[in-house]
Amino acid sequence: MKIDISNTSEKPIYQQLFEQISAQILMGEIDQGYNLPPIRQAAKELRVSIITIKKAWEELERCGLIYTITGKGCFVSELSSDDKLQKRNDMIRKQMMKDVSYYKSFGLTMDEIINLLKEIN
Amino acid sequence: MIALEVKDLNKKYPDFHLKDVSFQLEKGYIMGFIGANGAGKTTTIKSILNMIHLDSGEIHILGKNMVEHELELKQDIGVAVGGMNFYTRSKIKTLTNRIKKFYKNWDEVTYRNCLRKFKLDENKKIIELSEGMKIKYSLSLALSHGAKLLILDEPTSGLDPVARDNLLDIFQELVVDGEISILFSTHITSDLEKCADFITFIEDGQIIQSMEKEEFKESYRLLNGNESQLNQVKEKLISYKINSFGFTGLIHLKDFDPSSDMKASVPTLEEIMIFFAKREDMYV
Repeated sequence: MKIDISNTSEKPIYQQLFEQISAQILMGEIDQGYNLPPIRQAAKELRVSIITIKKAWEELERCGLIYTITGKGCFVSELSSDDKLQKRNDMIRKQMMKDVSYYKSFGLTMDEIINLLKEIN
Repeated sequence: MIALEVKDLNKKYPDFHLKDVSFQLEKGYIMGFIGANGAGKTTTIKSILNMIHLDSGEIHILGKNMVEHELELKQDIGVAVGGMNFYTRSKIKTLTNRIKKFYKNWDEVTYRNCLRKFKLDENKKIIELSEGMKIKYSLSLALSHGAKLLILDEPTSGLDPVARDNLLDIFQELVVDGEISILFSTHITSDLEKCADFITFIEDGQIIQSMEKEEFKESYRLLNGNESQLNQVKEKLISYKINSFGFTGLIHLKDFDPSSDMKASVPTLEEIMIFFAKREDMYV
């Protein structure tokens, strides 16, 4: 599991953690059944507050990416490739909605946005 | 379980008033106690430790009333208040031998481990210790008598960045098992941005807010805008600064209209403190 926290980002740290870990789970970089480090230990190691980790783990659980076994910890869920695809698309859609509203604030049309996207790729 | 509960503290001095101070710290977490110099941090801490007589209010530690169970509870509290400025000419060894007699649960093995871990030489005199060493010595004493609640007044303020970082590591390590709770006051808010779970903010003897750190920061917005925008929100701002590009001001999230086109961001703890302090100036 790779984590790269930016303290200067506008994004809350728990959000950064959630995004990075969920991407790795959905990309198959973290195996199913992988045991996430205990909350308090992760907080210490990443030098963030306990509650930050708790929130990130809770969000992962809410999205069905991990599950908790009381007394044992959190584990990465078993997901079929269809599940993964659907969850990935949900997340991408959410991000795109934000991005698109930003582009529209500059008065761009959908076609212009798509053309610019193609240009930079 | 609640490690520390402070309820409706009131204390009137001729020129300062602690007013209805209330907050609580859940067991196993770190709470940062912030406020400008003279805001009431140390007075509150002294009240918690029953070192000053209150006009009214109650302190409960680990579920027990502090005034009624002071001697018993002090076995469970570790304190580092200011530098160690007593017995400065004694060696650590001598001072520890005095102090340990007060504690029923003194654990010599833990003490030895702390000395080793913090690289403290017990043949050194207190006067020879750096600020960082003094804090580490205080912590060693607290941990050796099995303290469950650590109350630290400005533990990081005399330290260089490396020593501070080192100390924050230690704090986080202490709460890993969920048994120890830490209340620490500071005006160096960057120390808290990372490791604190909760923030209690005191200003002019009153608690402005006491809540989870991110939630606390999220409850404010820092606005940037031009002069005409300032006029739209002026009344709602906690305070503001004007510069040649327009203004920067702090506002409660609930007072902020997100549909306005002003640039809004989540402030840092420091920015919140600064704009609250500025509020005072604006009304003077």
